[in-house]
Amino acid sequence: MISRRVFLVGSAAGALILRVGLAHADAPPSRLDLWVAIHPDGSIDITCHRSEMGQGIRSSLPVLIADELGASLDHVRVIQGDGDPRYGSQDTDGSTSIRNFFDAIRQAGATAREMLIAAAAKQWHVPAARLVAKDSAVSDPATKKSATFGQLAHAAATMPVPAHVPLRPLRDLPHLGKDLALLDADAFVTGTAQYAADVRLPDVRVAVIARPPDVFGAVASLDDSRAKAIRGVEQVVQLPAPSPPAASQPLGGVAVIATNTWAAMKGRAALAIEWRGGPNKDYDSAAYEAQLLAAVHAPGEVARSVGDADRALASAPRKLEAEYVVPHLAHAPMEPMAALANVTGDRCEIWACTQDPQDALETVAKVLGIPNQNVTVHVTFLGGGFGRKSNPDFIVEAALLSKSIGKPVRVQWTRDDELRHAYYHTHSAQALAAGLDAGGNVIAWRHRIAYPSISATFKDGVDHPSSGELGQGVLDLPLAIPNVRVETGAAPAHVRIGWMRSVCNVQQAFAVQSFIAELAHETKRDPRDMLLAVLGPPRVVDEKDQGVDKLGNYGAPLAKHPIDVARLHRVIARASDAAGWGKRGNLGLAAHRSFLSYIAVVASADARGRIDEAWITVDAGIIVNADRVRAQMEGAFVFAMSSAMHGELTWQHGAPTQTNFHDYRLVRMPEAPRRIHVDIVPSDLPPGGVGEPGVPPVAPAIANAIFAATGRRLRRFPFARFLTA
Amino acid sequence: MSVKLTINGVEHELDDPDMPILWALRDVLGLTGTKFGCGEALCGACTVHIDGQPVRSCVTPVKRAAGKTVTTIEGLHDHPLQRAWIELGVPQCGYCQAGQIMTAAALLASTPDPTDDEIDHAMAGNLCRCGTYVRIRAAIHKAAK
Repeated sequence: MISRRVFLVGSAAGALILRVGLAHADAPPSRLDLWVAIHPDGSIDITCHRSEMGQGIRSSLPVLIADELGASLDHVRVIQGDGDPRYGSQDTDGSTSIRNFFDAIRQAGATAREMLIAAAAKQWHVPAARLVAKDSAVSDPATKKSATFGQLAHAAATMPVPAHVPLRPLRDLPHLGKDLALLDADAFVTGTAQYAADVRLPDVRVAVIARPPDVFGAVASLDDSRAKAIRGVEQVVQLPAPSPPAASQPLGGVAVIATNTWAAMKGRAALAIEWRGGPNKDYDSAAYEAQLLAAVHAPGEVARSVGDADRALASAPRKLEAEYVVPHLAHAPMEPMAALANVTGDRCEIWACTQDPQDALETVAKVLGIPNQNVTVHVTFLGGGFGRKSNPDFIVEAALLSKSIGKPVRVQWTRDDELRHAYYHTHSAQALAAGLDAGGNVIAWRHRIAYPSISATFKDGVDHPSSGELGQGVLDLPLAIPNVRVETGAAPAHVRIGWMRSVCNVQQAFAVQSFIAELAHETKRDPRDMLLAVLGPPRVVDEKDQGVDKLGNYGAPLAKHPIDVARLHRVIARASDAAGWGKRGNLGLAAHRSFLSYIAVVASADARGRIDEAWITVDAGIIVNADRVRAQMEGAFVFAMSSAMHGELTWQHGAPTQTNFHDYRLVRMPEAPRRIHVDIVPSDLPPGGVGEPGVPPVAPAIANAIFAATGRRLRRFPFARFLTA
Repeated sequence: MSVKLTINGVEHELDDPDMPILWALRDVLGLTGTKFGCGEALCGACTVHIDGQPVRSCVTPVKRAAGKTVTTIEGLHDHPLQRAWIELGVPQCGYCQAGQIMTAAALLASTPDPTDDEIDHAMAGNLCRCGTYVRIRAAIHKAAK
């Protein structure tokens, strides 16, 4: 039997295209659209097309669809979507899953609902308009007739796809903004949740790879005889060396293929490889930092300008200058990268912990020289991603090796691989200078910035931050200061630079929010008052106010997501009031807008600089799952605290020095604050991001708290080193 | 020389005495609930029990468990910690949580009602990059009640 089958095609912009296709549909379930399929027994499959990496998206987006559909959550099973461009963007980064799909995903639920209603209306010969979809059934209030979604599904799948569907008013979405259960909690606590390395295939081989120490280094000579003598080791395969730009190419090197992971790891340790250094073989992060600092002590390319900052600085009665440094950081997800690929003929099937299955699919297809439609990418659970798993280099490794040996191959990265071959958070230097008038008001602001750009990973020769990177807390920063100038200095990249949770907001919010607190100290003002004064009165700012040509605004139109200083004021007031601001002397405050959300953080420190409590207020517009929003804020605090207290990767002779958690330290339970309070501002404004924006205000809030409690001003990560120094 | 041991109540014979228990569980026996995080006993993701004591299975060779009883996350059934973890929505990415629960289970077995300091001390070897520590501590207290 051939029946009509309907697909909904979403896009990141929120537009939906409907497509009708033909497919065999002998077997249940009846698919109503790309996201919704209903079984005759009434169970409902809802697809989550975004990667689950701890943000709880599988407990959020499908609930939104179910509410719009009128499904009872008891009947819903969540299916993880494979890589498929029909979903629209699946690149799970930029804190976009809710903010870019809030409307689109409800359209999917509503379309399926209207088709179920149309099927019932046809069956009962009544007008569709009076029918109601609720509790997984369609009912007619006039006749009291009712039919379950399961009973209607087959007929509904033959209904025409409506061109326009009404969305329910938000108040009619029963779960919106509530504390929703964590869908996968049971799988997590029983060990049954399947991550990339957990996928089993018959006859699979495990590969562990020795990669060149420096990016674009290569194998000069190889002796694999000792490795091959190890029980379980079957083959040693050389991978092709990449050429610039790095993009998402594997780094090359030598793969040891074995019947189990332990043998592969021992085999790699037994390889004797002489490496030939490439163009980055002399990279030394200490020398590079001196270069960055020199760059920010000289005029650079102007990125933002209002008034005449240089003249105002020169004539100001008082001046304050400070420089801030954030070294390279690593994502360090608890799950090191892993991918399983099975290449058979001109087809490839992949299971991977990827944040971007479509990019993985396209990249693998290109590398293997096969059509996109011949590649399937299944998305497993991700044991943390934080931006690292957007790049498919590790997945390409698995595909190349599977093709090479003609068997399924699981590539397993170790922790030292993860730290030594990352797409690193950039190494930055920033110099801030402010001119103050006689009354202590800030009349001039100059911000000089240098760091290697993420764009350099993808394009040769880029040596300045992009406007997108500067748009993360510099170009979009509201400043009620008449003379403002932002300049960038040259900083070529010597390692792969990537996205790490909140990206350039990390260093930019750290510098700006620390410097404002320093200005308060300099002028003997309350830091909260100084912050409010620098941000200026409640207002909406635009490009002209900001002295920039264009604000990227995280890809969102300013008309829908304006930069609203009133929302910053509100979160500052709520967080600082909750913390008892003014009544205790050991608090540090920072507030920042990123990914369209507004967050204030207050941290409290003890006399040794230990952070014991935190208060966070978040205004993310409309939220879907309150408990996951709180969890993200709690987690973002600890994640960012790890960077601030301990984060630093150093390079010597082109290679990173750190290899594991003993020398790349993360916050452990005894160091984490005992109490983290999260306050969510009720809002009916369009949703902003949640996964990332909790991070940027944390480091400066901690620095400001440590200053308040100990008198020590920390301007460089990792704070812990300077506290104990 | 093969090694006999009991895992989650089932007797097994493993033929590589030097293989870390982690890889024997995952690659030989297909018990994938125990996770690889660091390979050097620095993160706790691989924590299992040998005769009730928490050990880091990534650095513990199979021979160390010869004739002993190994318990993994698959060997816990409706444990009060698992229930508390679910009730408080502890996990984020979930990857470290099996190790967290195994360490916490050993703590509760020896210290049925731990203080905050005792929890911090016992759990210090288990990293959570998602930062779920506040909820883990709360869930241990809840399970202890």
